[in-house]
Amino acid sequence: MTATMSWTRVTAAENVPLREGRLVRLGGREIALFNLGGRYAAIDNECPHQGGPLCDGIVSGTAVVCPLHGWKFDLDTGGPVRASLPTCLTTYPTRVEDGVICVDVAGGSRIDSGDPN
Amino acid sequence: MERKEKLVVVGNGMAGVATVEQILKHRHSFEITIFGDETHVNYNRILLSSVLAGEKSADEIVLNDIDWYKSNDIRARLGCRVTKIDRARGVVVDESGTETGYDRLILATGSSAFVPPIAGLDKRNVHVFRTLDDTRALLMKARPGLKTAVIGGGLLGLEAARGLQLRGCDVTVVHLVDTLMERQLDAMGGAYLTRKIESLGMRVLLQKQTQALLGNGHVEGLKFSTGDEIEADLVVFAAGIRPNAALARECGLETGRGIVVNDYLETSDANIFAVGECTEHRGQTFGLVAPLFEQGKVLAATITGNRGPIFTGAVPAAKLKIMGVDIFSAGSIDDQEPGVETIRYDDPTLGVYKKLLVRGNRLAGFILVGEANDEHRYMDWLRKGADLRKQRRHLLFPPPADDAGLDVAQMPESETICGCIGVTKGQIIQAIHHRGVNTMAQLKESTRASTGCGSCTKLCEQLLRAVAPEFEEQTKTTLCACVPFSYEQLREIVRGQQLKSVQEVLNVYGNRKGCEVCKPALSYLVDMVWCGDHEEDRSARFINDRVHANIQRDGSFSVVPRIRGGVTSPEELRRIADVADKYNVRMVKITGSQRIDLLGVKKSDLPLIWADLGMPSGQAYTKGVRMVKTCVGTDFCRFGVQNSISAGVELERRLENLYTPHKLKMGAVGCPRNCAEATVKDIGLVGQEGNWQVVVGGAAGKNVRKADLLITVKTTDEALEAAELFFQYYRENANYLERTYDFVERIGIERIRKDTVYAPEPDREKLIDRLRRSKALSKDAWLERDAPVHPTQFVQIKPLEEVFA
Repeated sequence: MTATMSWTRVTAAENVPLREGRLVRLGGREIALFNLGGRYAAIDNECPHQGGPLCDGIVSGTAVVCPLHGWKFDLDTGGPVRASLPTCLTTYPTRVEDGVICVDVAGGSRIDSGDPN
Repeated sequence: MERKEKLVVVGNGMAGVATVEQILKHRHSFEITIFGDETHVNYNRILLSSVLAGEKSADEIVLNDIDWYKSNDIRARLGCRVTKIDRARGVVVDESGTETGYDRLILATGSSAFVPPIAGLDKRNVHVFRTLDDTRALLMKARPGLKTAVIGGGLLGLEAARGLQLRGCDVTVVHLVDTLMERQLDAMGGAYLTRKIESLGMRVLLQKQTQALLGNGHVEGLKFSTGDEIEADLVVFAAGIRPNAALARECGLETGRGIVVNDYLETSDANIFAVGECTEHRGQTFGLVAPLFEQGKVLAATITGNRGPIFTGAVPAAKLKIMGVDIFSAGSIDDQEPGVETIRYDDPTLGVYKKLLVRGNRLAGFILVGEANDEHRYMDWLRKGADLRKQRRHLLFPPPADDAGLDVAQMPESETICGCIGVTKGQIIQAIHHRGVNTMAQLKESTRASTGCGSCTKLCEQLLRAVAPEFEEQTKTTLCACVPFSYEQLREIVRGQQLKSVQEVLNVYGNRKGCEVCKPALSYLVDMVWCGDHEEDRSARFINDRVHANIQRDGSFSVVPRIRGGVTSPEELRRIADVADKYNVRMVKITGSQRIDLLGVKKSDLPLIWADLGMPSGQAYTKGVRMVKTCVGTDFCRFGVQNSISAGVELERRLENLYTPHKLKMGAVGCPRNCAEATVKDIGLVGQEGNWQVVVGGAAGKNVRKADLLITVKTTDEALEAAELFFQYYRENANYLERTYDFVERIGIERIRKDTVYAPEPDREKLIDRLRRSKALSKDAWLERDAPVHPTQFVQIKPLEEVFA
């Protein structure tokens, strides 16, 4: 994390309730924001399986479960939690500044899909 | 024919009967009589706390049912106390004065609760906790809010306290010294335990000596030696046990604190033996189950003419059986002994404390607090006296590859699985291969493994799963790995523990995280138990229940308004058509449930559509009351004999907006032609000339099942009430995601009838009353259009600033 990060002020922290997700469109991307209790996670909204909205999924610890077919992704790494799934998602750094959630859209990262761990 | 030797056993508890079981294995022919002063067959006394806590029923803790006594030709004299032993004549005399002769006599008289000699013991509502009858008496008294003092903060006291608290009592634990469970824990372990007990909502008073019980007639409080007092309307003594040695003492046998026995379990009389908590062996008395079984084996050998094996004492080991509080302690915990080194791990945040005492590179004892799942490894080291030199660096936490603490496959066959009964892995495998054991029940029957404290149940199951060719899981499966309890247990936990939110249940009894399986199930559970008086947590609900619409494969939603009984009007249909136009609904579909589905609606449009429709939610998206499908009935149909439309509409009104374990569809038909298919609905009303048939458990989905007849009644009111009774019974007793057709088959329609329509009137009233309370607290979910539970419930977030990439 260096000075190259560019934070976008997204929304007041209270707009994302505890252990829920909300959808936001940022720089042409659909991003799901999650409140993990004291910190926030940002991840691509679209499930790589059949495009389900991850923002509507149930949070399980630090993972989210897609509401359509139950695919499960880690919100910190974007990696699939159930090992058999080949794909992973981009996650974005977040921070809270003056009660506002900020996301570094350009700083998104994706772990190697060949090695989920 | 040779006369059989007469064996009399005084005491029908765990030690006495376990000894008899061992004797039967020796095929030595005795004519056996067992006296028990309790009226019950042999049950697992260790599990009384589970009965008190509601985790087990009295039937579930029976170890030897009456058939066991019969099939082994054992005379059981239950509820019959032996008052005297006449050694000269070889007879015992019972309380009725009847004499029973013996050639050999086993005393297994157990122990009694110790009650300190203080003032006021004669007051009402003062109890001990030792027997099934004591437990039942406590259950009669326990009620929510009852101020309860448990005197004694040892194993038994804490389990009793927790059990009473789970029944709603307001519990204070009063302990004489400054450390809870001081026989098993050190000061640090005790401090951890105190915090944990307090966090469960009990009060702990340490270093308090009770001097008197206060009150007028019934107990009202305790007075301590320090002069202060507390209020208590129920007092339970669990301050230790004393061996029952009086019978032996009075007939002149050598006694100390207990009945003195040698290594062969022989007393000072060659024909009299003693076993269990009544004994004193090498100056030691006993209060834990494992050594008693060991004694039983030795005694069985001695008494059957196979004198040889000796009892040399036993490693004391104790496990606290309170869900969510893991405490295990074994061996010597005295770290002041010369040559003892202690190895500690202590994490206050996790609440985990481990302490090993090592002497001469061998484990002398250990304490596990907050995490007791590797107790087996340590017990094995302790029993075998294993040399730990090579493992010195990994005593507290073995390297992952070696962490075979629970990996049963890695264990040598000689390793003990069940420490209470002394059953090795090899013996269990033997039972599986040679005695056709496939289930836990069969394993218990065959080897007795896991019938002591029960802490090895998981290991036994693993072994069965790995080895038994046709292993059958027990029916009580756990909800999910996040909360490893059965749905029934969770129901009791939520009720008894007053847990009113999903997260509380997960925090106390689960892994704190939860998942998509357990969270919706727990949501339903807390709602059902507390009839809406719970803390609603939308994050634990599936998206459909957060926004009250059914998510579709493209992420849009479908909207199905309630159209009771499928009866609509031109005006309503016009409004629906207008709404469909206004919001560019992609498809308007008549559903199989006589309703109208508007498909392809954006989440943010949902509250607007609901407002424009001005109709209530049809709950088509949830595990709840869907609809009542009706035929036209007497109003129009020339064959109709009952007014199915008005009955169906009324049924829907009475039950709408309520949630159920799975979706619930109903039907009402005006004649047996069954045009609205009521006999394949969860609840159906089938009109006949002069009466209604109420049918339940029908299905025409993945399964097709004709509904069972619940009852036939004359009036529509009676039919509606019968439907309501079944409805509430299903809500309260079905597992989450269990449709009525599975529920009815699992419980059986006869039992359902008995518990609902044929239940005594007060029971029926209670069911209806709980239904009414839930109903009164329920409301049309679509009203959240005007009062969302969260400002962003339906809206997509608009970023405060744009990203220009």
